[in-house]
Amino acid sequence: MTSLNASLLASSAVMPPPALCFEGVAFSHEDKLLLGPCSFTLDGIGPTLVMGPNGAGKSLLLRLAHGLLSPTEGKIAWSGEGRPRQAMVFQQPVLLRRSAVANLIHALAVNNIPRRVRSKLALDALERFGLSACANKPARVLSGGQQQRLALARAWVLSPQVLFLDEPTSALDPAAIKAVEAAVREFHQRGTRIVMTTHDIHQARRLAGDVLFLSGGKVREHTPAEAFFNTPVSPEAQAFVAGELLE
Amino acid sequence: MENNAFYVALSLLVNLDASLFQIVVLSLQVSLLAVLIAAVLGFPLGAAVALWRFPGRGGVIVVLNALMGLPPVVAGLMVYLLLSRAGPLGELGFLFTPGAMVIAQVVLVLPILAALSRQKVEEMLGEYREQFVSLGMSRGRMMPTLLWDARFALLTVLLAGFGRASAEVGAVMMVGGNIDGVTRVMTTAIVLETGKGNLPLALGLGIVLLTLVMLINAGAYWVGERTRRRAG
Repeated sequence: MTSLNASLLASSAVMPPPALCFEGVAFSHEDKLLLGPCSFTLDGIGPTLVMGPNGAGKSLLLRLAHGLLSPTEGKIAWSGEGRPRQAMVFQQPVLLRRSAVANLIHALAVNNIPRRVRSKLALDALERFGLSACANKPARVLSGGQQQRLALARAWVLSPQVLFLDEPTSALDPAAIKAVEAAVREFHQRGTRIVMTTHDIHQARRLAGDVLFLSGGKVREHTPAEAFFNTPVSPEAQAFVAGELLE
Repeated sequence: MENNAFYVALSLLVNLDASLFQIVVLSLQVSLLAVLIAAVLGFPLGAAVALWRFPGRGGVIVVLNALMGLPPVVAGLMVYLLLSRAGPLGELGFLFTPGAMVIAQVVLVLPILAALSRQKVEEMLGEYREQFVSLGMSRGRMMPTLLWDARFALLTVLLAGFGRASAEVGAVMMVGGNIDGVTRVMTTAIVLETGKGNLPLALGLGIVLLTLVMLINAGAYWVGERTRRRAG
């Protein structure tokens, strides 16, 4: 990814994606502190990979950042004016009980994209993600990999400035994982800020520009990918990178 | 032979008996129109209760569920009081017309459609909620999406409502009056013929009614299966 980042930085056409800033953000449920308090800023070029053992609060962090949940303490802020356009791809894609293309058209419709351009945008996105042949098939009978690609295509048509992905490949086979990772790179190249959780360290090595490492609901480390994988600082991250099973 | 109910039913159908034809058409008109009106009101109502949180929401759900078991004669009585000469809507002169029968059946069917669609939409919302919020959809915008995506379940709900409307006799009898050629429907005709002791004709009418309901259900099932296969 380093060469890609270098070329992106060199190209002046790409606007830097909006920066995300967590200031003392915490989330508790029924008096139990599940995340934080944590403070960090995502202003690099990314992609940012959020890593950590199960239950570390990765998904929670993504949902707070995306606005699906509100923090019980602290503040989440974006650079620039207002809230940037954003989309999220879930571990289990949530698709409507309609055809693949109708799923995209619906997403465009709820975002007030004019009716006359909807089908063209939808069909272009399906083609980009290799789903042209499935355009009129019911979305829910597609394979797991196709469904996840459709979810990515749905995010694509909304041209988000920020894309959150919550373990998007954890239920997929290697070929489908490859397709999803290629799609993530396409978003990245388009200048979208990527924030993605994974527990697969190999995937993180393939994709990460920087790593946000969580354990026990706390941010233990936020460093460039190279530094994280080669010289992790916190004992938890050292153990994680070394492949130990963390509690 | 002419005392055999099946024979009577068959000869009624084969001879296309004019008065029977009128009764069947009126029955279908009243019940289908009542279900249509109840659906236009009840589905958005059910979806709204599923989507919005407001004080007294639990009470609304309980009332809707309880009204699914509203006795037809009680519904008939309420509409009768409403439409009778001295009632608040008496000036419309609706009592003992097919219009009054439609109103009574809407009262009976509406709670079924609202309560069951509320349940179906709420189940679906549980699955879709995060995606909807992620897409930036307001609750008002979620409603049509949910109703459309629940369409197969709602078709079954619609059939339950139609079953209730076409089977009941108490409400249409009270507000329609079973007037020959004006407000006589299948169920009130069956009651009348039974009272007169004309059991074969009553049974024959019953068989015709059952056949019609079966045909409508079979048609709905066929349409549902076809579209379900296409939409997954």
